[in-house]
Amino acid sequence: MQSADVGDPSKANKAVKKSVKKERRKEKISNKGDSSKSQQQQSVQQFDGAVAPKSKAELRAERRAKQEAERAAKTLKKEEQAKSNKAKGPQVSANLQVDDPKVQKKAAKKLEKQQVPQRTEGHKKVTLFSHLHQYERSVSITKDIGFGSTGIHPAIIKLGLQYAEGIITGSNARCAALMNAVCQLIADYETPPQKELARHLESKLKPAISFLNQCRPLSVSMGSAIKYMKIKITKIPSDMSDDKAKQELISDLQAFVHVNITLAKQAISNSACSKISDGDVVMIYGSSSLIIHVLNAAFKTGRNFRVVVVDGRPKLSGIRALRHLCRAGIKCSYVLISAVSYIMPEVTKVFLGAHGLLSNGYVMGSVGTSLVSMAAKARGVPVIVCCEAYKFCERVQTDSFVNNEIGDPRDLLATDGSSSGPLIKEDAYKNLDSLKVLHLTYDVTPPQYMAMVVTELGMLPCTSVPVVLRVRSFDT
Amino acid sequence: MHWSRDELGDITIRRCFYVSEFAQEREQQDARFKKMDQFILDLKQEKFNGSYDLAYKVINHLRKLISQTRWAHAKELMGVIRKEGKQLVAAQPSEYVIGNMVRRVLKIVREEYVRLLGKSEEFANTESLHKMLTSAETEDEKYMKSLKELKTTVMEAVSEYIDEMDASIHNIAAQAIEHIHSNEVILTIGKSRTVEAFLKQAAKKRKFHVIVVEGAPLYHGHELAASLAAHNIETTIITDSAVFAMMSRVNKVIIGTHSVLANGGLKAVSGAHIVAQAAYQHAVPLIVLGAMFKLCLLHYSDIGGSEATFNRLASPHRVLDYYKAGSQDLCNVQVYCPTFDYVPPELVTLFISNIGGNAPSYMYRLLSEMYHPNDHEL
Repeated sequence: MQSADVGDPSKANKAVKKSVKKERRKEKISNKGDSSKSQQQQSVQQFDGAVAPKSKAELRAERRAKQEAERAAKTLKKEEQAKSNKAKGPQVSANLQVDDPKVQKKAAKKLEKQQVPQRTEGHKKVTLFSHLHQYERSVSITKDIGFGSTGIHPAIIKLGLQYAEGIITGSNARCAALMNAVCQLIADYETPPQKELARHLESKLKPAISFLNQCRPLSVSMGSAIKYMKIKITKIPSDMSDDKAKQELISDLQAFVHVNITLAKQAISNSACSKISDGDVVMIYGSSSLIIHVLNAAFKTGRNFRVVVVDGRPKLSGIRALRHLCRAGIKCSYVLISAVSYIMPEVTKVFLGAHGLLSNGYVMGSVGTSLVSMAAKARGVPVIVCCEAYKFCERVQTDSFVNNEIGDPRDLLATDGSSSGPLIKEDAYKNLDSLKVLHLTYDVTPPQYMAMVVTELGMLPCTSVPVVLRVRSFDT
Repeated sequence: MHWSRDELGDITIRRCFYVSEFAQEREQQDARFKKMDQFILDLKQEKFNGSYDLAYKVINHLRKLISQTRWAHAKELMGVIRKEGKQLVAAQPSEYVIGNMVRRVLKIVREEYVRLLGKSEEFANTESLHKMLTSAETEDEKYMKSLKELKTTVMEAVSEYIDEMDASIHNIAAQAIEHIHSNEVILTIGKSRTVEAFLKQAAKKRKFHVIVVEGAPLYHGHELAASLAAHNIETTIITDSAVFAMMSRVNKVIIGTHSVLANGGLKAVSGAHIVAQAAYQHAVPLIVLGAMFKLCLLHYSDIGGSEATFNRLASPHRVLDYYKAGSQDLCNVQVYCPTFDYVPPELVTLFISNIGGNAPSYMYRLLSEMYHPNDHEL
């Protein structure tokens, strides 16, 4: 193309030159004529002559300018493409760019294409978190969902509702339930004719995952599981029969849950038990299935210790932990997080569960974890975090703002039943424009407050997370 | 022993006779003591609405006492006040304001006595070696000169002090504009009338953002937030658990307190200690607002057995309500609901009181201005 470009202007130039020469010859001939006539003619011709060569030169210049501009634009485009091809590294998800309308439009279009209903944003938003979704639980998200064959599998819809209503909580429970639902989806899946299982199944999974994300943002454990799923699906050999492939996939996913959750739980209990001695007063925060398992196992070995359960509003998940521990026969105390300084002089150890471990060593847990670890560290009480290795993620965060889940603010206000009491009523909240309510779900604890992390790979410092991630990525 | 009907009748008549003789005197005494008793009863039943209200009531009660009882000289007056003060403090030992007020009145009496005698105030205060060795008046003889104007001057001084107390919230709020600048994010916990007035005063001239920690289980933070939002101050309510997460965005923490201890530490609402620690970890200044009458002579270890009278444990149903706690599983659980927290002075950056701003390390000096060393033990 470039050679053609070069050819064209030169040819054009030649043509222009020829025409210019012809006109000059005409001028000379006409100038030899009568003066008056020639004057007139001259004037006319001069006029013509004045315009004509200019127009030709102008045309030439114009064309040259245009072509150069086109050339420059093309080179720029190519550079940009090259750049964009290089920089396809970590991309910021649309969930963290809620304040950017373009990104949100794109995301909304994507959801429409996948036939996934979209949640409406809440009315009153906390400005500090305007980059995150702030929903209010209004109408059920599944109100308009159809049950056609192109829609989402009913097991996934059920799961989504269970997440949204808070029936299934806790990262291990959510991950196990997800795997269960996906196994059902795979079992019911039939490859349409002339399509490959691997590719089409993935396209079936994408709307399901978007739907679950809309019901409740995905947890780190679920993200890890989904990654594993995708890898397994892409690795299906193309010559395997569909039935066999499905069976293998289902058994792989079940093995994932078994190895990473069940077996890991036992391994962690064994090592964490050795950290609890007779006469200990162990403090726990909220409800973590892993920590409850560890304490039960330690109690069964005959150690004599008691537990202080610290709880935080509005979820009050500590009551669940309290029930489990009391049933096992462990002596328990219960306080709210504001009384942590009151009870801390009695405590000898703190055991915390984690939602996820970040690559820079920070621990992401339910909101309040950082406060408990800080209070413990200030009194010299060791803080031990128990976390399965599949919850390690490549994300990095230094504070709890950049990435978090904002819950329904009305959870903090007075419930409809109680008419009196100090909590603000919903109507008062709606009427006061300057009043906002923030319901955070997670927070991020710096590694200096924690003594160690107990995983099934051993007892590690918090900063070993990227090492473990590397080791695991070589394994899979 | 068998009593005949006549004998019984005799005894009762005699009893009635004795009773009627002393009845009149007793009635008079009763009338006086009724008022005192009523006040003590009110104290025991906590019929007051916060520390300002309580301080006001106590000092008015003491003023009445000074005007209504008969006393000959300053020492007798101080004895009367001391006796009454002991009763009041015993009625409600967890409220240190009562003891503070009693000691303040005693100090006022001493000051007025000395002033009327013509000596300078410093003379009464300083205990120099020379004075100790060559003092003409022994401790017993001191304050025993009968002065006619003592009653009026003491009453005046007490009224002045009451006015000062009334104006204390206003004086503290007037300093607000010095400490809050535009677009600041301020964190507070619980509900303190001083903090409310402080923030509202600053909001008249500056635009800033307030984060209120709700302060479970009493949830006073909700009331404060509603009140501030009604004044068009941008307010956000957060749970206690989110304090560490939010602290990185906070510029200042401003809290009120129940009392200020002698070492500069605080007896503040439950949850204040973790807020103070989180602020310390993030290098955010902690400003405490409180009028001078909240400053008390006690140290953290003085308060008998530290946990015994320092903290008040409220009913645990606020933490774990009866329905949940009554179930089979949870009947053996110990539930605690403390109302106060001790905040050590190292975590406090500044005290703002009606007389200005001070560092916590200076608070012990202010004690000597407010209370006389001989009154430390009532």
